[in-house]
Amino acid sequence: MSQQIVPVKTYIFVFASLIALTLLTTGVAFIDLGPFNTVAALAIAFCKMLLVVFFFMHLRQSSSLVKVVLLAGFFWLALLIVLTSTDYRSRSWTPAPDSWSTTAPPTHP
Amino acid sequence: MTDANVQAEHHAGLKHQFENLEQQQDADTLGIWVFLVTEIMFFGGLFAAYAIYRWLYFAAFEGGSHILDVRLGALNTVVLLGSSLTMALSVRAAQTGNRRALVLFLVLTMILGAVFLGVKAYEYDQKFVEHVVPGLDWAPEGDVLAKLAPGGLGHAQLYFIFYFAMTGLHAIHMIIGMGLLLYLVLRGRKGTFTPHYFAPVEVVGLYWHFVDIVWIFLFPLLYLIGGRY
Repeated sequence: MSQQIVPVKTYIFVFASLIALTLLTTGVAFIDLGPFNTVAALAIAFCKMLLVVFFFMHLRQSSSLVKVVLLAGFFWLALLIVLTSTDYRSRSWTPAPDSWSTTAPPTHP
Repeated sequence: MTDANVQAEHHAGLKHQFENLEQQQDADTLGIWVFLVTEIMFFGGLFAAYAIYRWLYFAAFEGGSHILDVRLGALNTVVLLGSSLTMALSVRAAQTGNRRALVLFLVLTMILGAVFLGVKAYEYDQKFVEHVVPGLDWAPEGDVLAKLAPGGLGHAQLYFIFYFAMTGLHAIHMIIGMGLLLYLVLRGRKGTFTPHYFAPVEVVGLYWHFVDIVWIFLFPLLYLIGGRY
């Protein structure tokens, strides 16, 4: 087949890196970094994902078509998360007019 | 035309619509990647909802996260990464035509998958012991209650709904993966897969690695919220 066979050593090295990153992410969680705990956890998870995708899933050797498909998938995922978050975070910036209020309507004698 | 080509074109695994096995494998690989992209969006909906509620009710999510056992989560991460290694090695064994190694690594992958599900089952059981299962058994008390109370018990339930929905959906994917691996073992034993024809092994491998990646994100997002210091 068109795919080159990856040496066992590469797989072992990638696996060792993944274990090291797992220990790192667990260790970092026990140090107080404030909001950067979340940033560090996600950054490490992202690195682990890249290792799995490029080596275990052979993306390195895959055709450009496969790479574009995956990139399109991530673009769509980004739209989903970013646009949803934008909506929730900005809702309070433009409060609904008082006249839209659903609480007890003003009574006229 | 060389002998190898003639042999490849008459291979039992070659479907009529394809020119040759190489074209067929390219199509199979593209197909599974498109499927995995739909899976990204499938899990993506849960991740997006998780992100919103975690932002809205951070204290509750932090309290819920601290009920989970980090050691078991980390152990399961290592087990699943190990199964990804054995899966990658079984694809390699198929590429090199080593039937014994192929079956051995596929079985090892299944064993590691079973260990993961076993640990997960133990964790689910612990949730019942601690009475933190929304809808079925929700009556946290003592230490557990003290950890959950600051964020509000109602929102803590929300955290555990996400916990069960996300890990449950992931576990269902694992169980499906185990079935696919069993299918590969049964076919692989008979020597169906050769260096010319191993697309099914590659395709199941891609699926298995995807499920691994989902867990790579679930572990920090569910177990490590707000740190453990």
